[in-house]
Amino acid sequence: MASDVVLRVENVSKRFALGERHDALRDLIPSILANLAGRSRPNSTAKKEFWALRDVSFELCRGEAFGIIGANGAGKSTMLKLITGIMEPTSGRMDIRGRLSALIEVGAGFHPDLTGRENIYLNGTILGMSRAEIDRKFEAIVEFSGLTDFIDTPVKRYSTGMYARLGFSVAAHVDPDILIVDEVLSVGDMAFQNRCLERMNKIIRGGSTVIFVSHNLQAIAELCPRTVLLDAGRVGTIGPSQETIKTYLQCAELGRWSQASDLIVSQINVRGAYGQKVAFDSGEKVWVDVEVQCSCQSQPFSVVLCVYDDKQYEVSHTSTEYLGCPAVSLKPGERFACTFEMDLNLAGGTFYLGVDLFRFDVEKVLYHLFPAATIFVKSHADVRGIVDTHPKIIAFGRASRVRSREEIGKT
Amino acid sequence: MRQALRKLVARRDLLYMIAWREIKIRYKQSAMGVMWAILLPTVIVAAGIVVRYGMSALSGKTVSMQDIAAVTVKGLVWAFFAGALRFSSTSLIANPNLVTKIYMPREIFPLASVLSQLLDLGVASTLVFVIFLFTRLGASWELLWVPLLLLITVALVTGWALLVSAACLFFRDVKYLIEVFLTFAVFVTPVFYDVSMFQKWANLLLLNPLAPLLGGLEKCIVYGRMPSLPWLSYSAAVALISLAAGFHFFKKWEPKFAENI
Repeated sequence: MASDVVLRVENVSKRFALGERHDALRDLIPSILANLAGRSRPNSTAKKEFWALRDVSFELCRGEAFGIIGANGAGKSTMLKLITGIMEPTSGRMDIRGRLSALIEVGAGFHPDLTGRENIYLNGTILGMSRAEIDRKFEAIVEFSGLTDFIDTPVKRYSTGMYARLGFSVAAHVDPDILIVDEVLSVGDMAFQNRCLERMNKIIRGGSTVIFVSHNLQAIAELCPRTVLLDAGRVGTIGPSQETIKTYLQCAELGRWSQASDLIVSQINVRGAYGQKVAFDSGEKVWVDVEVQCSCQSQPFSVVLCVYDDKQYEVSHTSTEYLGCPAVSLKPGERFACTFEMDLNLAGGTFYLGVDLFRFDVEKVLYHLFPAATIFVKSHADVRGIVDTHPKIIAFGRASRVRSREEIGKT
Repeated sequence: MRQALRKLVARRDLLYMIAWREIKIRYKQSAMGVMWAILLPTVIVAAGIVVRYGMSALSGKTVSMQDIAAVTVKGLVWAFFAGALRFSSTSLIANPNLVTKIYMPREIFPLASVLSQLLDLGVASTLVFVIFLFTRLGASWELLWVPLLLLITVALVTGWALLVSAACLFFRDVKYLIEVFLTFAVFVTPVFYDVSMFQKWANLLLLNPLAPLLGGLEKCIVYGRMPSLPWLSYSAAVALISLAAGFHFFKKWEPKFAENI
């Protein structure tokens, strides 16, 4: 290994067995006996395989910040679990040098009945610190979390945000050689998120290697010079983040995601009153055509249409189910099309459409496409934010006199 | 294996914290607090004394203070053994988040269960001390055997705890088998009686690796005599093999934990 390579992933593949697994002796023993008797039923425990990762290779140098992006189910989380050693690859090799700390779960091992102080020690040792090290950093951890007043309160009385802040604070102080961050910046308020990003920047500048997995493409672009795109378990592209992100967005818009799904959204059209377009005025009507193709017998699905703003916050979502249409099942080779009509009551800005094929009865995402299309909205009224509320001024001027509280109550 | 051991030693603070969490939660959640540590052992010891009186009524021999002290010592160690196996069996499946989301040497979980039970044994041992004050049994140099005997017991139970915790992760009903096993084992282990009562069958009972350990503890604490060395080395050998096998297989299965929990 070259001296400055801290992580090398070489032709790594990971296979999962699908289907039912024996997790009780009472199931296993009868099936062994049946096998011995030669009466094995091939269909009962059909061995289906699923390759979460296939032949993935990359290298990371010391001090590098590296992003991993990809659609849901592309193998991002599996990759992280292999790197952290939670799972072993089915084939291939990985070499890791140095102390590794993973922020896959914020507040892992927190116990609700223990106080913040006790949980800092517990969580800190779980993340690989020694007790002496936590003693040294304790003040800094508490200060970073901003929970000084609540540190001796059991964490079951914390709000979700406080809980996450404490968890991130501990993790941010581990000082690992390699830090792995999986989608945790989505917790806390804006101020805390900014502080997290700052902290990650500081960790990167301090010479640590960082692996960052996120759907927040903007954060990836800001933090990581280099990014890999995973596509159905294989390396799609690897290189400068801007280019990888561009490839990702293009692939997604073309809808040629080779997901492990038999259903595919084959076409998306965004139309105005006079045909296809991408720039709309606020309040204008928009029509979205969605076409779905099926290669095998499909599960019953509904089409979900989401609108996101440029920070990828969801502005609204609707579905054929909400709008009173039945779920659809397709036969092999069949196509399905539907058209949504919406009023674009949005403030000015860039918005993204996302399309999911969703099975509502079992709450399962069958296909995820984001961004499916980009639209630009121009606002007439001077309104900022996400939603166009059509504000008007209907009174304006100095009030004649200030009314008392009682007077207001009477009217 | 050596590397795995080195990793475990490097994370000894984690072992301590997990054991501490187990103890702290157990005591925090119950109004009885520390009483928990001595409740189960006390019940077992009380049962032992009742059995002892029952036996004496049948055989016509009176129950001496020494008999009661012997039952107490053996009952406490049995409570530790059973508790350690019981708690370690669920130690991995009770922490699915830590097993699937973060890497750490997973043997820490069963080890922490054994450690926390060991602390309970320590608390409960004050009970023995009180009884000893009453019976005025006095101390002897043979008490120096006690640490060695306890060490072998801990090694034995640790080896089994490692195997049982992994087995429970793969097969959920192993947990119930453990209960059945422990219920049955208390009858074939000389906790409430002495192997000598069975005369020619005594050696058969001593094949249970726990039997020579309990017998040895009884001898050196209560009667101030040396434990039987051949049987003791037999137990030590079984304990060492259990520990080595437990660690070996645990480490071998560990990479599959996250997928199977």
